[in-house]
Amino acid sequence: MLELKNVGFTVKNEADGKNLEIIEDVSFTLEDGKFLVITGPNGGGKSTLARLIMGIEKPTKGQILYNGTDITNMSIDERAKLGIGYAFQQPPRFKGLTVRRLLSLAHGSELPEDECCSYLTRVGLCSMDYLNREVDSSLSGGEVKRIEIASLMARDLGLAIYDEPEAGIDLWSFQMLVKSFRMLSSEKNESVIIISHQERIMQLADEVIVIADGKIRTQGAKDEILPTLLGEFDRKCDLRGEKGAEGNA
Amino acid sequence: MLDIKESNLLKAISDVSFLPENSVYNLRKNGLGVERKTNEKVQIENKTDKPGIDIRIMPDTKNETIYIPVIITESGVNDKVYNDFYVGENADVTIVAGCGIHNSGCNESRHDGIHRFFIGKNARVKYVEKHYGDGEGTGARVLNPVTEVFIGENAVCEMESVQIKGVDSTERETNAVLEAGAKYIVTERLMTHGNQSAVSNMVIELNGEDASAQIISRSVAKDSSEQVFYPRAVGNAKCAAHVQCDSIIMDEAKIRSIPEIAANNADAQIVHEAAIGRINNEQLLKLMTFGLDETEAEEIIIQGFLK
Repeated sequence: MLELKNVGFTVKNEADGKNLEIIEDVSFTLEDGKFLVITGPNGGGKSTLARLIMGIEKPTKGQILYNGTDITNMSIDERAKLGIGYAFQQPPRFKGLTVRRLLSLAHGSELPEDECCSYLTRVGLCSMDYLNREVDSSLSGGEVKRIEIASLMARDLGLAIYDEPEAGIDLWSFQMLVKSFRMLSSEKNESVIIISHQERIMQLADEVIVIADGKIRTQGAKDEILPTLLGEFDRKCDLRGEKGAEGNA
Repeated sequence: MLDIKESNLLKAISDVSFLPENSVYNLRKNGLGVERKTNEKVQIENKTDKPGIDIRIMPDTKNETIYIPVIITESGVNDKVYNDFYVGENADVTIVAGCGIHNSGCNESRHDGIHRFFIGKNARVKYVEKHYGDGEGTGARVLNPVTEVFIGENAVCEMESVQIKGVDSTERETNAVLEAGAKYIVTERLMTHGNQSAVSNMVIELNGEDASAQIISRSVAKDSSEQVFYPRAVGNAKCAAHVQCDSIIMDEAKIRSIPEIAANNADAQIVHEAAIGRINNEQLLKLMTFGLDETEAEEIIIQGFLK
C-alpha cells in the first residue's frame, strides 16, 4: 500500500529567489492491486508527483509510506529494491546498450530470449528486430518509449508508475498498450499508477486523481470522476486524444 | 610455455590464454621473439636491418587468424619493433595484435610498435589491437604505436584499437592512404584514469574515386587523466568520410577533441561530429530505478559506451 501524507515540494526560483510550490499538500492512499490514473492539465505537477514517489525528487514537506515503511528519505535504488518502478515520460537513450541488456538490467538478471520477446510484443514491437539493437539515437522516440514501458513490465514490482505512456505512440500501438495494461491489472497483483490524458486509459482505472496547480482538485472512483471530468476538461486537456498525445514536463 | 602472469596478459590483449595450435602466430616477450608458427599461406620472417618481422599473406588466403602479441613482464624494458604486413590480393584475414605490460618494478617499461600494412586489391583485413597494463610497481607503462596503412583498390580494412586499463602514457599515430573503392573503418576505444595521458593523431587520405572512411572514437577520461584526439580526413577525390568523436568526461579529467576535415575535390563528402560531456544524469537515474546504486549505474553506462 502506498500512502502520501501532506506531501509538498518547493523549489527556489533562480530568477527572483522566491520559493515556487510545485506540489502542495497532497495526500492519498493506493491499496494493493489497485489501478490509479493521475490526470490534469499540463504543468500541474503530475510528473513531479511520480518522481517524488520514485525518489528522484525528495519532498520538502510531508511523508511517503510504502507497505508501512517510511520511504520519504530513501534513495531511488532502495525504493526500486522495495518493488517500486517508474517508466520515464522522456526515457534516456544509451549508446552501446542493447534492448536485451536493458530489459535484463530491469529484470535484475539475464532474461531468456523468449521472455524478452514477449515483453516487446506486448508493447507492439516485433521482438526479433529489436533485441540486439542499441537503445541509442537510431531508435525513434516512439520506439524508445515502448522499450521503456517493456522494461517496467520485465520487472517484478509491487508498484509500477507509468508517466504518459501514450506520448509519442501511434494509434495501433496505443491499442496494443491499452490491452497490455488491462492484462497487467488482471494478471499481476501490482498496484499501478498511470499519468495520462487518455480517456481509454482512464477507463481502465479503479480510481482517478485530478492534479492541477500542484494540488489534488478531485479524487475518487473512476465511475464517479470520469463523467464530470470528460465534460469539464475535454477542451483543456484533450482527454479524448483528438489533438494527439503531447508531452509535458 | 607461458606462466600464469604471462598468460593473463595474453588473455587481456587477445582473448586467448594460449596461442591456438591451428593458427599462425608470433609471440614477442621482453623485446625478443620467443614463439612462432607459420604455414604455406602466411609466412613470417625476421627483418635483417632492424628489430621486427615481415608478415606475408599470400593472395586468396581466406579464414586465417594471425596472432602477433607482445608481452612485457620485466621492468625497464624499452622495446621498439617494426612489423610490416603484406596482404595479397583477394585475401580475407583477421590479425590480432596487442601489447600487455606487467610492470612490478620502478623503471619505465615501454613498447613502440611501428606497423605498416600494404593491402592488395580486393583484400579484406580485420585488425584488432588491444593495449593493457598492470603490475604493482611505480614504473610507468608506456605504449606509442605507429600504424601506416596503404589500402589498395576495392580493399577493405577494419581496425579496432582498445586501451581500457593500465597504460600510463600513450601517443598513437595512424596514417592511412586509400585508393579507388577502398574502405577504411577505424574504431578507437579508450579509457584513461589516474594521471594517465593519451594522444591519438590520425591522418586519412582518400585518394581514389569512391574511397570511403569511417572513424569512430569513443573515450572515457576519469580522475586527472588527459586525452587529445586529432583525427584528420582529407578527400582528394570523389569520396566519402565520416569522423565521429564521442567522449565522457569525469572528475578532474581533461579532453581535447579536434576533428579536422579537408576536401580537395568538389565531389568529396566529408562529415565530422564531436561531443564531450558528463554521463547523462537521466541515464544514471533510469538505471537507479532498476535498483542499481550510482557507482554500478556509472559502470554499466561506461561499459556500454566503450563496448
